[in-house]
Amino acid sequence: MGIPVSECLLKLMAEGYTLDDYRGDIPPRWCTGCGDNGILAAVQRLCRDEQLPPERTVFVSGIGCSSRFPHYMNAYGFHGLHGRALPVAEGVKLRRPDLHVFVSTGDGDCCSIGAAHWIHAIRYNMDMTVLMHDNQIYGLTKKQASPTSPRGVKSNTTPRGTYLDPLNPLSVTLGVANVSFVAQAADWIPELLYDIISEAYHHKGFSFVRILQRCPEFMPHQFDPWVQNPDKMLLLTHEKGVQLSAGLSKVYRKQEAHDPGDLHRAREIASLSEQIPVGILYRDSDVPCYEDVRMVDRLHTPDVIKGVLEEEFDKFTIWPSE
Amino acid sequence: MDRQTLKEPRQEQVRRARVAKPKAVSTRKTGQRRGPRAAPKQAVTLKEHVVEIVSDSGEGAQRCGQSFGSVAARMGNGIWTVEIIPAEIQPPARSIAGASGNRIRVASERVTNGGDEADLVVAFNEQVLLGRYRAKELKPGCVILLEDKWRTDPDADIAVSYAHVYDELVAEGYKVHEIPMESECVKYVPDPRRGKNMFVLGLLCSIYSLDLEMAREQIRFVFRKKDAKVIDLNLELLEAGHDWAEENLDIKYAIPASKPKDPQIVMNGNTALALGVLASGMEVCAMYPITPATSASHYLSDIFERVGCVVHQAEDEIAACAFAIGASYAGKCAVTITSGPGLSLKQEGIGLAVMSEIPLVVVDVQRGGPSTGQPTKAEQGDLLSACFGGHGDAPKVVMAASTIEDCFYSVIMARKIAETFNMVVMVLTDASLATAQQPFPRPDFNEQWLAPPIDQSAVPEGASPYDWDPRTGLAPRFIPGQPNGMHCLTGLAHDRLSHVAYDPEINQEGIRNRSLKLATFQKTLKAPAIFGDEDGDLLIVGWGSTKGAIEEAVERLRADGKRVSSLHLKFLQPMPSGMKDMFRRFDKVMTVENTWSDSLDSEVFDEDSRRYAGLALLLRARFLVDVDCWGEVKGQSIKPGKIVRAVLERLP
Ligand SMILES: Cc1ncc(C[n+]2csc(CCOP(=O)(O)OP(=O)(O)O)c2C)c(N)n1
Ligand code: SF4
Ligand SMILES: [Mg+2]
Repeated sequence: MGIPVSECLLKLMAEGYTLDDYRGDIPPRWCTGCGDNGILAAVQRLCRDEQLPPERTVFVSGIGCSSRFPHYMNAYGFHGLHGRALPVAEGVKLRRPDLHVFVSTGDGDCCSIGAAHWIHAIRYNMDMTVLMHDNQIYGLTKKQASPTSPRGVKSNTTPRGTYLDPLNPLSVTLGVANVSFVAQAADWIPELLYDIISEAYHHKGFSFVRILQRCPEFMPHQFDPWVQNPDKMLLLTHEKGVQLSAGLSKVYRKQEAHDPGDLHRAREIASLSEQIPVGILYRDSDVPCYEDVRMVDRLHTPDVIKGVLEEEFDKFTIWPSE
Repeated sequence: MDRQTLKEPRQEQVRRARVAKPKAVSTRKTGQRRGPRAAPKQAVTLKEHVVEIVSDSGEGAQRCGQSFGSVAARMGNGIWTVEIIPAEIQPPARSIAGASGNRIRVASERVTNGGDEADLVVAFNEQVLLGRYRAKELKPGCVILLEDKWRTDPDADIAVSYAHVYDELVAEGYKVHEIPMESECVKYVPDPRRGKNMFVLGLLCSIYSLDLEMAREQIRFVFRKKDAKVIDLNLELLEAGHDWAEENLDIKYAIPASKPKDPQIVMNGNTALALGVLASGMEVCAMYPITPATSASHYLSDIFERVGCVVHQAEDEIAACAFAIGASYAGKCAVTITSGPGLSLKQEGIGLAVMSEIPLVVVDVQRGGPSTGQPTKAEQGDLLSACFGGHGDAPKVVMAASTIEDCFYSVIMARKIAETFNMVVMVLTDASLATAQQPFPRPDFNEQWLAPPIDQSAVPEGASPYDWDPRTGLAPRFIPGQPNGMHCLTGLAHDRLSHVAYDPEINQEGIRNRSLKLATFQKTLKAPAIFGDEDGDLLIVGWGSTKGAIEEAVERLRADGKRVSSLHLKFLQPMPSGMKDMFRRFDKVMTVENTWSDSLDSEVFDEDSRRYAGLALLLRARFLVDVDCWGEVKGQSIKPGKIVRAVLERLP
């Protein structure tokens, strides 16, 4: 664009990592219009803004469309087993506090097959940013009902509509001991999506962000009422939460000043039925992280290991008589 | 401090303990107890004896048995102890199924297994005794020491039952001695349920001519976390039992011992396993409680933090396995310890580790299966699920520990293999190794056991994470934190760049390389040595905890002139080279395994339908040799005598 190469390089050095540095070497293969594309863009922007060294950043996922996420990042990625992203991420983090850990998980991955891990991960409160891509359907396996599919959704396993009310990931999360960060974002409000993920990243602990994610392929009109009518959205703002730009404020007129320290109100907001809340529902920075709780101030060196082994052997040793 | 206490009885301490002895509880004066007694009894010299102590659970027979074994070991005897464990925590009192205790094989020489039926049994009630009798654990005509309080029990049913069992056993030729355990013990403790065991230890010290001072040392060690009062009381009970036997029993044996020249460790297999984890340099153990594996993690939880490491009790086995994989992926090679049902849950994760070439150590302390099966009992039923239990083609190393000592070293070796080959290594032990105790030479710490510090240096630009070496199948391992090493690991079929492979050739290549890696590892294996002659009429092949019993059976058969040898496998997958040649030099080859196999004893079990034991199946498939098999699933280690019988049936 007419800038000399040397200047370009200088600019690069000054800025450090650019967006490109976080792009994986294969382009995303999600469907056109898939909400996952927007989530990827927000995360890449975050990495750039925070200048996260790609080699110290790990993206862990399960299996699903959304779990392809790590493939599209330039960082360490772990695309593992359906439902098991969280325990893998915990194992990564436990002894490597130097790594920034992100998790991408789907509604099936997190709330169905991985539900036990989800509950316990909240309780462990390990420092990681968890993005739950909730398209309310199983995408990868081609349209089966998920635990978050609204009642009545027709899918390949529920051709006459789902039978049960959906599980509410926000209320569930807010009900677990040691919960420390719960937020909700929508892929169609990218500005807020970025702000919320950024807040999640900055929170030390298990930051759970449920992202309402459009799946044009299998749920083409699922979120239409909310996309088309901003008044059906409730934006949570607070000095301790996210603040809205003037532009956003104009479009999304339904707002609530919600203090993320207010667990009781957070639970009420989580259970709203007509309106979709977007923002930070809950934050408690004082909940201890499991990796810190389990950190022992002992070196793991050959000398220390030898010392403990010898002490233990002593307890079980029969010495030859002199 | 422990070292000293164990090494040499410290006279000062002993004396102090004596002085501090509370006099009030004793109704007899020390002088009286040490009063004149009959001329010293002539001890019958034995090569070995199997001793059982059984009680209701909670009466301390296990502690008594372990202490007895430890004292014998301190004297320099060969020992092997086996726990007798009821399946429930609190089974009803005086029940046949509730027998809890310990079996101790004491010998002049080193022993490698629990031996055959018991030569002497101490029973706290006639019901637990009956349990052992029915389980055919008593040698015909053996010596029985039976608590006599039940004879006069106010409950007529109990008294009748006692008298009935007593009469029957005597009629059958058992030498039953009624011992007033309770009435002797109440002289010292208000609740004899909590003291009889040390009284019995005293009895046994007298009967087997064990050094009472060593028994005192043992008691001080066992109760080291309790206060002095408790120790003194137990010392008193020990002496009371000893003196009572000296005065009232005319059974006296001596099993000559020879003090080992080097320090020996006495511990069970799970303790050895836990220490092996610590010595291997692994930093993380992720587990979920399951019998009989859990006690290894209990002990590890107790000591692991002292070297800065973590035992993580996950929410289930699936999570435990995934957690371990995550830690290993991040450069901190991890172990997950479980038993059969837990292994099944871990299989999907194991498949992922194989596919993505993450080092991982999985320990399966086998128990009776399938399903919940026999949680506290020994069986070797998981061999095939360890080798092939996952989905798809998942080459991994499967090895088995065959002694207590081996439980220690196997984990160290497993970690090494796992990290050298970026592979899953399964270590199989079982309930019998987990709880059995046997002395082994105290290991000399070796820095080579430990994992090297993780590599965080930059990866050469352009290097690919799965750059499989065409000769060995080995690929580098890029650990998060290494600049230029960024890639997305995946459980999907992938190419050298770890990109999802849509090309059928690439899938074929990946699978080939993972198989090649196992073959490369196979080339490092040495053929095991044959126990006995290199040729003969029959070769027994075994794996895991049956080693001692098989080799003892072979010795007996050979002493009888039979041309029988044995071969014991440490590596089950892959197997070392050279085995087929060994098989050729024998007329028959059979496996002995503590697992089910059809024997042709029914019309419908025939060659067409016969299901072989795991190792037999593997050997038949690999070597095209007509390998026979024999085994049992009675929830306990196979006895050498039974192996002898099974082999004799197969010899010309
Ligand atoms: C053990 C196991 N069971 C089932 C599957 C098949 N499977 C893959 S993804 C998926 C559901 C994905 O739905 P979700 O988690 O909502 O992710 P999405 O594709 O919608 O992003 C299922 C059932 C699997 N891979 N592994
Ligand atoms: S199927 Fe749905 S979730 Fe999957 S990529 Fe397509 S739009 Fe996205
Ligand atoms: Mg989904």
